[in-house]
Amino acid sequence: MEAPLDPLERYRPIVDDFEAFLAACRRPLPRAVRVNTIKATVERAAAVLEREGVEFERRGWNPQLFTLAEEGPGPGSTLASFHGLTYGQEEVSTVPPLVLDPEPGERVWDACAAPGGKATQLAALMDDSGTIIANDDNLGRLSALRFNAERLGATALAVTNQDARNYSLNPFGFDEFDRALVDVPCSCEGTIRKNPDTLEGWSMDHVHSVSGIQRDVLRRAVQATREGGTVVYSTCTFAPEENEAVVNEALAAEDCRLREVDIELEYAPGVTEWEGDEYDPSLERAARIYPHHNNTGGFFVAKLEVGA
Amino acid sequence: MSENIGDRFDRLPETDADREVEGRVSREGVVEYFEDRFGIPPETFEDYTFWEKGAGKIWLYRGEAPSPIEVEAIGMTCLRTRQEHWKPTTDFAQRFGSEATRCVIDLEPDAARRFVAGEDGEIAWDGDWGYLIAAHDLVGRREPIGVGLYVHGELRSMVPKGRQRDL
Ligand SMILES: C[S@@+](CC[C@H](N)C(=O)[O-])C[C@H]1O[C@@H](n2cnc3c(N)ncnc32)[C@H](O)[C@@H]1O
Repeated sequence: MEAPLDPLERYRPIVDDFEAFLAACRRPLPRAVRVNTIKATVERAAAVLEREGVEFERRGWNPQLFTLAEEGPGPGSTLASFHGLTYGQEEVSTVPPLVLDPEPGERVWDACAAPGGKATQLAALMDDSGTIIANDDNLGRLSALRFNAERLGATALAVTNQDARNYSLNPFGFDEFDRALVDVPCSCEGTIRKNPDTLEGWSMDHVHSVSGIQRDVLRRAVQATREGGTVVYSTCTFAPEENEAVVNEALAAEDCRLREVDIELEYAPGVTEWEGDEYDPSLERAARIYPHHNNTGGFFVAKLEVGA
Repeated sequence: MSENIGDRFDRLPETDADREVEGRVSREGVVEYFEDRFGIPPETFEDYTFWEKGAGKIWLYRGEAPSPIEVEAIGMTCLRTRQEHWKPTTDFAQRFGSEATRCVIDLEPDAARRFVAGEDGEIAWDGDWGYLIAAHDLVGRREPIGVGLYVHGELRSMVPKGRQRDL
């Protein structure tokens, strides 16, 4: 039986080629692994997978990402995974850390980090140096994050358990970050290809309640980032209420502005009006990645620069 | 001397002479252990600090943190002390074991597969008994798998349940 996609109908006015979008939402998602460059080069990870007889394809825009053939072992049941050379991570979910683009040695905050795909990717992008603080308010999910971080050998990563909306940096003895990733809880519409029942509990009430949390976490992240630093906001959902509207509120309330998202994937610009509301024109600089664009899940990504 | 406080991270003293907490090992002691037992060069840990949280559980960390600090984790657990024979963790062996030159036992493909699955195996070894780093040849290079306990002709896999795989 086909999963009902009714809640997505409201996006017909903003999605290019809406029928292709719906068709893509109905197709299962290719499985993918990210090479953990803390433990292996891309070539070594590829050689290990080949030796194991695991079929995979490279994706040009991100050399560290391989998609796995439909047949064959899952991302977590290979020898490469046991050794921590690869990590099962959906292709489009590797975008936000690449947009944040952290440098080795920096102080970086991952506000909503569990189970840790993006936090460990940040650590790898920083050559496992500097300080990566991976936070989540859910202890159960944090234990998965700790397990993953240790398996991947991330040694510059610290783990905290706080509500990100009023996060305190007191334990660490410094008072601002160079960069922050705000990968918030959301209505997850963009994960429909991975979880066909994801829209079952969908309601406008949930969209509105989660957008309040998203706004507060984003505002805290801007406040906790130094002038000239970068904040990336991301969700795996299409609802403008959880995307452009949230960023729009942060732009109005905090000292920050939007920067161009620079990735070699196809995407649509952020929307600047939605159901009678208007957003700051700079929201065009955000990226809406739809499933039919690159045969991935859906994602929204916005890049903010803090201060003037 | 004060006692170890279990729910926070305390940085290890530089040397045993700097010790202020009963039974706590020093950074020097840990680095020497990795060198004496496994031949891992001390420079490997130049950028790292070592911490204790929970009696005898040693963590290694490369980021910034004041001591003491109360957070969920910093870096990775690397070693169990406060027991007769110190025991490195699987994740430490995988991350730093390629620096080891001693007490590394090379496993044939079948033995390696069983070790990853958490099974014990009878294996000939004429080196020291006790905790060894188990490794195998993986595409032309020695790749550490984890930690094994070698006694009486048998290598016991210490790979924790959640890390075991049937490959
Ligand atoms: C989309 S998931 C994060 C995925 C993660 N970034 C990754 O790549 O693996 C959102 C996370 O936000 C956490 N969360 C929800 N509300 C929070 C809050 N107020 N403070 C901190 N974390 C929160 C949830 O527990 C959940 O793990």
